[in-house]
Amino acid sequence: MIPVVDIRGVTKRFRLHNQGGVELDVLRDLDFTAGAGECVVLAGPSGAGKSTLLRCIYGNYQPQAGQIFVRHDGQPIDLLRAHYRTVLDIRRRTVGYVAQFLRVVPRVPTIDVVAEPLRRIGVPTEAARERARVVLSRLAIPERLWSLAPQTFSGGEQQRVNLARAFAADYPVLLLDEPTAALDPPNRARVGDLIHEAKRRGAAIVGVFHDPEFAELVGTRRFDMAPLARAA
Amino acid sequence: MTALAARDVRAVPNAGSASPLLVVEALTKAFGGQIACRDVTFELWPGEILAVVGESGAGKTTLLKCLSGQLEPDSGRIALTRRDGSVAELYGIAESERRRLMRTDWGIIHQNPRDGLRFGVSVGANVGERLMAVGARHYGEIRRTVSEWLERLEVDPARMDALPATFSGGMQQRVQIARNLVTGPRLVFMDEPTGGLDVSVQARLLDLLRSLAGELGLAGVLVTHDLAVARLLADRLMVMRGGEVVELGLVDQVLDDPQHAYTQLLVSSVLQI
Repeated sequence: MIPVVDIRGVTKRFRLHNQGGVELDVLRDLDFTAGAGECVVLAGPSGAGKSTLLRCIYGNYQPQAGQIFVRHDGQPIDLLRAHYRTVLDIRRRTVGYVAQFLRVVPRVPTIDVVAEPLRRIGVPTEAARERARVVLSRLAIPERLWSLAPQTFSGGEQQRVNLARAFAADYPVLLLDEPTAALDPPNRARVGDLIHEAKRRGAAIVGVFHDPEFAELVGTRRFDMAPLARAA
Repeated sequence: MTALAARDVRAVPNAGSASPLLVVEALTKAFGGQIACRDVTFELWPGEILAVVGESGAGKTTLLKCLSGQLEPDSGRIALTRRDGSVAELYGIAESERRRLMRTDWGIIHQNPRDGLRFGVSVGANVGERLMAVGARHYGEIRRTVSEWLERLEVDPARMDALPATFSGGMQQRVQIARNLVTGPRLVFMDEPTGGLDVSVQARLLDLLRSLAGELGLAGVLVTHDLAVARLLADRLMVMRGGEVVELGLVDQVLDDPQHAYTQLLVSSVLQI
């Protein structure tokens, strides 16, 4: 299997300048891969670096050492050495990231919030909105909410809008950071269906899930992580 | 006009742009021995928005003035790509070309609409005169285009013959933005463009600017105090302090994983971004 995400020897440390220069080691010399069609579940206690790893793969956190290859247009690109425009292009077309909270321009209707990632890759407005409608329906967001901005929605609704944004675009790589934390069982099942479909179309998925049953349901492989201080 | 329609701006393909609009290298400007900007280096590509943050006196406004042709730097280089693809030095071209550039291809949106609008002539004339500067002569055509742009910015076109002073501050700001965008510029400089506005108006303007960047390939340099605005609007973030760039990166890299002590202080000092 050719890995879609291939991480070699990554070390990520945070230096807190304004708190006595404290250094926090979160990842040390970490190797990790994820391939097409699999959903890798990051497991471990809080503080083990699960979210940090996801953010490294998104090119958000900048590790001190190592390589993070993401297959983009068939070529492995090392995010740590790529031009920023390549990183932006990877985010537009290859890697989708679902954070725990929705962060979008206020007052934009939900349908356009969901359609936006598609618009950015050149999908015409109406086609992008049509795809947004399909995914919003799949995630049981009532149609009467589509024309409203999501800022006033409940936590669970916002989380599903966030998921709809990522699943509308068919990214080859999906990074999911606790995407079901605020969802009830029926909605969790709907997300599970979307994850299964994404695996079938060949997406590589890396996720952190607070609910072990859900992780068991969608995961194809588990990657165990431990806080460094305890592991050392 | 609804928010949905506001985003339906005509799409001009800009993917695959092969060259940056602006390349800035080691830009330095001092005022009588006092350094205002030192060694500023960055590039800006079509469709990209660069936010510049930092406390008062950090050199943000000086940088913006140097970049927008208003203040010649002491040293360094500002290379621009013209519409025909040729590259020139901003302060190497003739004054007349630089003025034409600012009137047509580039725009400046000032924090205070008073600095960006002429208060002695009507709102319609304020927007229309930029069109005339690029050669538009047909009165009916100009009025029609002006009316379209006012509508796009949710200013009632029926009021285009009124003077700017009869509009609220938020409306004046929209008129100033319409004036800048009517000629289809490729690059706009913005100095706290949403600073004095109600948050509701601010959100609408953020959305509009973002759409224009995504769909028309508009690029921008945005000076702001507001990290939340920077996060939502910009692709990249430059943090300045004492005239120097202390950090430059993708906006979420800088805000979520700030490296420099000053950036860490800045990020940890806001309520929530």
